[in-house]
Amino acid sequence: MTLLALEGVACVRGGRLLFEGLDLVLGPGEAALATGPNGAGKSSLLRLAGGLLRPAAGTVRQEQAALADEHLALDERQPLGAALGFWAALDGKGPDLAAMGLEALALVPVRMLSTGQRKRAALARVVASGAALWLLDEPANGLDGDGQARLEAAIAAHRASGGAVLAASHQALALPGAKMVTLG
Amino acid sequence: MTRLILRELRLSVAGGAAALPLVFFLLVATLFPFAVGPDGPLLARTGGGALWMAALLAALLPVDRLVEPDRAAGVLDQLALRSIGEETVACAKLAGHWLSFGPPLMLAALPGAALLKLPPETLIRLEIGLLIGTPGLAALTLGVAALTAGLRRGGALAGLLALPLAVPLLIFGAGYLERGNESGALQLLGAVSLLLVAGAPFAAGAAIRAGRD
Repeated sequence: MTLLALEGVACVRGGRLLFEGLDLVLGPGEAALATGPNGAGKSSLLRLAGGLLRPAAGTVRQEQAALADEHLALDERQPLGAALGFWAALDGKGPDLAAMGLEALALVPVRMLSTGQRKRAALARVVASGAALWLLDEPANGLDGDGQARLEAAIAAHRASGGAVLAASHQALALPGAKMVTLG
Repeated sequence: MTRLILRELRLSVAGGAAALPLVFFLLVATLFPFAVGPDGPLLARTGGGALWMAALLAALLPVDRLVEPDRAAGVLDQLALRSIGEETVACAKLAGHWLSFGPPLMLAALPGAALLKLPPETLIRLEIGLLIGTPGLAALTLGVAALTAGLRRGGALAGLLALPLAVPLLIFGAGYLERGNESGALQLLGAVSLLLVAGAPFAAGAAIRAGRD
């Protein structure tokens, strides 16, 4: 069973070819780390993998995916717990604030959160989603040591339970045995 | 779907944005007599049309917060990742937008009609016309909001795009006020409104998808 299969994928953004001929297959428990300079197409690769962008060439097949990128997609006025609860309800689950250490912030409005806390919230939504494929765009950005440890633990647990992870990161991220995707 | 509609309603009420079209509508009803003079018969004859204009503009007021904030915040992406179709999202937004301005506008038409000295039968026709026509106005606003999402100064462009398309609603809505239903204005109003409501989710869905590339 494959959770993500990219075959000969090319990506064109704004008339510019970012990459082509990209092959990547992720099965249960596998992980891949996309690296490359700014503008190399890492975020576009994640959006392609999630089915949000259509490839200029090649095919993309994926299981239900959860994405954490720079867009928080939480209602700024709502308390964090309720804002995450909206998505958890759509996923048919309860929100998981504990995985990223956000229990104390459940009643704090989203607009009051710091950069790192916002990142934790986006990751908490991915953890709670129950999706088999995680797409993480710069997941360690803005996280402190505790946040990064929680992130790595969540990824490890997800892979151990048969999930797959595709991450794009500039920062060191513990992904044992990850396939490397070098762009640009 | 219900959750999405409830979210739309919560956003419009929480932002205080739901009250804005109402205040705007009543303001127009208040200002109109100042502009044309306090002539009772004249007001009674033209006031209904003025209220239709006000309703049209009130429906357009929230055009820049219908789709664009959700696009910019990534909400539309997160919904798409959960295999919720863009058309479903658009239907929920249409229902939420109408619920937040249609029925309140019909209530506001009561004091509005009093301000313009509309005769009772004109008021009843106005209410029936608004009931049938406001879903069409909501659909039009949504379609244009989705088309202009992501553009700079999209709000002004949205107005330019939507107003000409609202002309049929205005003609039949105001025509029904004046002459009653002898010329079938109500049926035509219903037909135009139905067409807009049926078409808008698909147009908006396609626009949201196209906006990702």
